[in-house]
Amino acid sequence: MAGSTPASATAEPRVQAQARPRRSVSPWAEAWRRFRRHRLAVLGLVVLALMVVLVAFGPLVWKVQINDIDFSARLNTPSANHPFGTDDLGQDVFARVLYGGRISLAVGLSAMLMSMVVGVTIGAVAGISRGAIDAALMWLTDLFLSLPLLPLLLVLTYLFRDALKNVFGPEIGVFMLVVVVIGAFGWMSVARLVRAQFFSLREKEFVEAARALGASVPRQVTRHILPNALGPVIVAGTINVAAAIILESTLSFLGLGFPPDIPTWGRILFDSKEYLDIAPHWALFPGTAIFLTVLCINFVGDGLRDALDPRKVL
Amino acid sequence: MGHYLVRRLLIAVPSLLGISIVLFTVLALAPGDPFSEMALNPNIPPEVQAALRKHFGLDDPIWQRYFRWLVAMLHGDWGFSFISRVNVDTLILQRVPVTLAVIGASQVLALLIALPVGIYSAARPYSWFDRIASTFALIGFSLPTFFTGLLLILLFSIKLDWLPFVYRADLSATGWDWWVQQLKQSIMPITVLGLFQGAGWTRYVRSATLDVIRLDYVTTARSKGLRERAVILKHVVRNAMIPVVTLIALTMPQVFGGAVVTEQIFRVPGIGSLLIDAIQRNDTPVVMAVTFVFACLVILFNLFADLLYGWLDPRISYR
Repeated sequence: MAGSTPASATAEPRVQAQARPRRSVSPWAEAWRRFRRHRLAVLGLVVLALMVVLVAFGPLVWKVQINDIDFSARLNTPSANHPFGTDDLGQDVFARVLYGGRISLAVGLSAMLMSMVVGVTIGAVAGISRGAIDAALMWLTDLFLSLPLLPLLLVLTYLFRDALKNVFGPEIGVFMLVVVVIGAFGWMSVARLVRAQFFSLREKEFVEAARALGASVPRQVTRHILPNALGPVIVAGTINVAAAIILESTLSFLGLGFPPDIPTWGRILFDSKEYLDIAPHWALFPGTAIFLTVLCINFVGDGLRDALDPRKVL
Repeated sequence: MGHYLVRRLLIAVPSLLGISIVLFTVLALAPGDPFSEMALNPNIPPEVQAALRKHFGLDDPIWQRYFRWLVAMLHGDWGFSFISRVNVDTLILQRVPVTLAVIGASQVLALLIALPVGIYSAARPYSWFDRIASTFALIGFSLPTFFTGLLLILLFSIKLDWLPFVYRADLSATGWDWWVQQLKQSIMPITVLGLFQGAGWTRYVRSATLDVIRLDYVTTARSKGLRERAVILKHVVRNAMIPVVTLIALTMPQVFGGAVVTEQIFRVPGIGSLLIDAIQRNDTPVVMAVTFVFACLVILFNLFADLLYGWLDPRISYR
């Protein structure tokens, strides 16, 4: 192939791949080996792991309460007592950022899981069945893709927030709402991806062999097609976590996500934006936290794409 | 061409109907209605409430209400804003041009960044330029619009005091001065949106160009002795743009989402900030209408993309 260009800087040309001594390595070990070649992705993974550890165990070590009001220490700049400074009520921003991180990461992961389940199901059903079912499901997918996402999210949270708050309490209720709403609008790209993978995989010889041996359709799907379609799905899942974190922060930033007593990163930014001129630190720390998390997730996604791309070269 | 346009318009109609059904169902499923607050008011006797509910048909089955709403929308009767005391359509018509101007300008900025950077990166894959551009694209694409907006305000309005951070619709200046002030207050909203979109699109443009640049016909063009510049601009770019147009159309909903955030940060009086205001004040007719307008705009831009697609790729032609 004249002038072929590798899919990424770290993907090795095909010739080398063939020349390598044949050792039996599991596909996951092979993927991990390729992932490590992407230096920024590894760095992203390390930083992300650090942040997860900090957010998960930080509040156990840093014992300042998120709602300790101290009017003598309003809008303080960062110091030893308050590493990230304080807000307009003298609450410790560091404690609030740690707490917000838990919620933002949990929202991102749960919404991703939900959109994955919905997307893989719809994509798999559309991909294995031809004709009317496929056409109807794809029409639905296209319809959802052309919905104005953010306005609809705003309307949904506005309409259902109070009802859920009354049933499940403010924290769980809003959390469920945000996860369901974000997950319900994040499945379309996954569904399309899975369907496209199914279209090419179901015609492959190994699936045909399974069919000839009498495997039922569910068995063909779960044992033969789906595992082979997993690579791109994992990459899409990574990107979805980042998108969900941004969406949750956006909702909270617009004042329509979590209530003020639950300080997610977006919510802290919303509270801080009126004080940008006198206390910029208050906005900078949670904003940087969002940025760093999303950036790391995107780098990891990039690395995974290189590692799991079955073509290896474009 | 006319035939193709009519067909595309006909395909857009079911999508619009689908969106309106989704919207209406969401509103109908939501707990509470415009009269739920009235129920708490002791001055209004229950029989009057029941009569009012009957008059406005609130107890009818949902599909009847949907068709009544649809017919009213088609007649141009978009309802009345409880808060602003004007008809919803006048309110929206006031706000739409601002939003379209901000979005349009930021899309132009995004394309001005994405096209040259993406194409140049793809022409020299894994060069220094490409590595730096890719890293910056990933950074730009990971910076949420609300954070970039706050950072720009912090830098240019508060620290440097160069640009105003509140967008004003009623500038007092006239003539040349008006244009200068308008430009100054538009720079930040447009930059925030444009950089975010531009970063995402750079990645698309780069990978789409990479897909095309290694095809045999490009090698043929080179071996004919064409200059590299002509090969890239005349042979590669046109074909590479086909998937890019589709992807840009697919990101349109995202663009409108970004516009809502940007308008809210800089207090640009567009339909995005109208939506947030209406939501905060429980102004249901406005919320419904604005969401529907957003949906229409998304479909309209998809239609543009389809037309552009036909122009770029004569193979699909206007059949």
